[in-house]
Amino acid sequence: MKYIDEYRDADLTRKLLADIKRTITRNWTLMEVCGGQTHSIIKSGLDQMLPPEIELVHGPGCPVCVTPLEQVDKAIALASRPDVIFTSYGDMLRVPGSTRDLFAVKAAGGDVRIVYSPLDALKIARDNPGKTVVFFAIGFETTAPANAMAVLQAKARGLTNFAVLVSHVTVPAAISALMDSPDVRVDGFLAAGHVCTVMGFWEYEPLAEKYKIPIVVTGFEPVDLLHGILKCIKQLEAGTHTVENAYERSVSREGNKPAQAVIRQVFEMTDRAWRGIGIIPLSGYRLRPEFAPFDAELRFPEVQTIETKESPLCISGLVLQGRKKPSECPAFGRECSPQTPLGATMVSSEGACAAYYRYGRYDR
Amino acid sequence: MEDMTDKPNLLGWTCPRPLQHYPTIVMGHGAGGKMMADLIEHLFAPAFDNEWLSQMGDSTALELPAGKTAFTTDSFVVSPLFFPGGNIGELAVYGTVNDLAMRGAKPLYLSAGFILEEGLPMETLGNIVTAMAAACKKAGVKIATGDTKVVQKGHGDGIYINTSGLGVIPAGVDIGPANARPGDVVLVSGTMGDHGIAIMSVREGLTFETEIQSDTAPLNGLVEAMLANAMDGHRSPSHKSKKQGGHAPFGDLSAGPPLPTIHCLRDATRGGLAAVLNELAGSSKVGIEFDERKVPIRPEVNAACEMLGLDPLYIANEGKLVAILPEEMAGNVLAAMRRHEYGKEAAIIGGVVSEHPGLVTAKTSIGGMRVVDVPAGELLPRIC
Repeated sequence: MKYIDEYRDADLTRKLLADIKRTITRNWTLMEVCGGQTHSIIKSGLDQMLPPEIELVHGPGCPVCVTPLEQVDKAIALASRPDVIFTSYGDMLRVPGSTRDLFAVKAAGGDVRIVYSPLDALKIARDNPGKTVVFFAIGFETTAPANAMAVLQAKARGLTNFAVLVSHVTVPAAISALMDSPDVRVDGFLAAGHVCTVMGFWEYEPLAEKYKIPIVVTGFEPVDLLHGILKCIKQLEAGTHTVENAYERSVSREGNKPAQAVIRQVFEMTDRAWRGIGIIPLSGYRLRPEFAPFDAELRFPEVQTIETKESPLCISGLVLQGRKKPSECPAFGRECSPQTPLGATMVSSEGACAAYYRYGRYDR
Repeated sequence: MEDMTDKPNLLGWTCPRPLQHYPTIVMGHGAGGKMMADLIEHLFAPAFDNEWLSQMGDSTALELPAGKTAFTTDSFVVSPLFFPGGNIGELAVYGTVNDLAMRGAKPLYLSAGFILEEGLPMETLGNIVTAMAAACKKAGVKIATGDTKVVQKGHGDGIYINTSGLGVIPAGVDIGPANARPGDVVLVSGTMGDHGIAIMSVREGLTFETEIQSDTAPLNGLVEAMLANAMDGHRSPSHKSKKQGGHAPFGDLSAGPPLPTIHCLRDATRGGLAAVLNELAGSSKVGIEFDERKVPIRPEVNAACEMLGLDPLYIANEGKLVAILPEEMAGNVLAAMRRHEYGKEAAIIGGVVSEHPGLVTAKTSIGGMRVVDVPAGELLPRIC
């Protein structure tokens, strides 16, 4: 496939690997921030082809994985209401809440529908005026513009039966939180190419400076990833710490300004809980007060008092911070598998545990 | 594509006069009275016309050839009922025909159970039944018995069809999921993922430059050709002369020792290639290794999968099989497959190993290695 196969080329891969091997002189730990990158690394077998000096740790950038249990339980409560049609991206449906997941709600008669875009949820709202259509607005800066646009459109069209359950998070705040934690062991970051496509990479420049750490904006195909890794290793070996762009075909320093404007118009920064990590100050978006009528939590205030209960076995928080590998979890592959996930990292195809389970089992 | 000559003309069906009072199915069509009799007499019986169905008893008396009989059942629930390249009626016939063929059996008879939802347009039912009749003809099977029930509006998805099938397994043929041996090669009969993506693109309103067609097809003819060529490679001259002497395709092989043959066949339906390979590796207690780059996948299917965050190895097919067989017959069988209309793009994708029993691994496009696991449940499109 054009513009894909070129970035999965075996010869280019070999050449880049050779460059990396020539450059590296000591051990380095890199964190790929985005779950899509984790997925691609494991799926292509890249992790096993890198020189042993490089350790890749998997970052918190899986939107499904970091959505807090509280929000999942709220989603389940909303979806169980007979007057609600609950719409969501597909991979949220199998994320375990405190007692069950959205698939179980659907099986019990809840109207839960998978959509590919929040605009599909708007269409459902238009076609079902007697019900409130709630869209589960999760994700990083990547999904935020489309979700913001859905709210704007609902307002413009006077769709009063549309609401969103917001659980948006942002990458720079997560990087700060990771670097501030006492046992951080990351030498360099591969920043998430899709997030930077929207937001640009100027936000990362103060972070690279503050923490003296190289940050390389990196794409998702194997050749993209190797290109990013090579740039990062070169910086580490040279002792520099700047922000570099290894995904130039998609990312500019300023990013997509109209998309950023839409985000700013609809959302404002807020403290957010990250599943497995805890509350990170100013790490997410919530609706601005003028869009309160579209806030599902205000429309159904009873969901705000839900009590949550996380599995005591699951170490997904440590996995999301790169402090443990999925295979170091005692429940991995035993109590916890994609069929019976204890934590969200085992659910999403972008989750590190699911990626390890699906593609890496041969190693164990 | 309207020029598919093997497809029934779905615009041509006209409602027989006695059924014209009811443009849709009503509860009475399943009540066992005159309306149901009309439905059978004027719709099902003429479409499936054969001596077994026309016995009209509570059950049908069949005469089966001697030897082992294969018996299988499958239920068909699909939305939409008509999709590019096929419909639920063809699926219901070919699905069961293929399940029989995957044991090496020659499919002979099917049953057809219809669960109709009140309000189903008579014309839709007519078109489905017409398509099933054409599919039976193409696959060389007869619907020997049937049943119709009607459920209330809202209690079904238009129509559900169950088919069971009987087929006869030729002597000397022993195909089963536990038969793969280290050293065997793994073949697929063509491109992977066409059916699942065809259905998904209709459901989700995705359009591509070329419409993706379901691969719905009967595979019994392909299997027959594969078996004939698998055995030809191993038949002693005396066996060959026997065959040339006008015996049945598989001859009477029961007297001698079992001949080397195809070890495993599976049609790669739900769960796609990945699920089938895992099942075979598990049942045979062997490892399977294949090269991703050798798996035939249409560019448009690949593109759709990229867009939706799906892996074509996990997408359903309805007219493709996976075969595992001894290496020495692979050339012959592959050539025979490629000569057949449903195996033109057949390919050898990998082999069976004694290492990592139960596990399937793939060589990736960049030369890496990954484990190809079974899908957990429903395929979920990724968020971003």
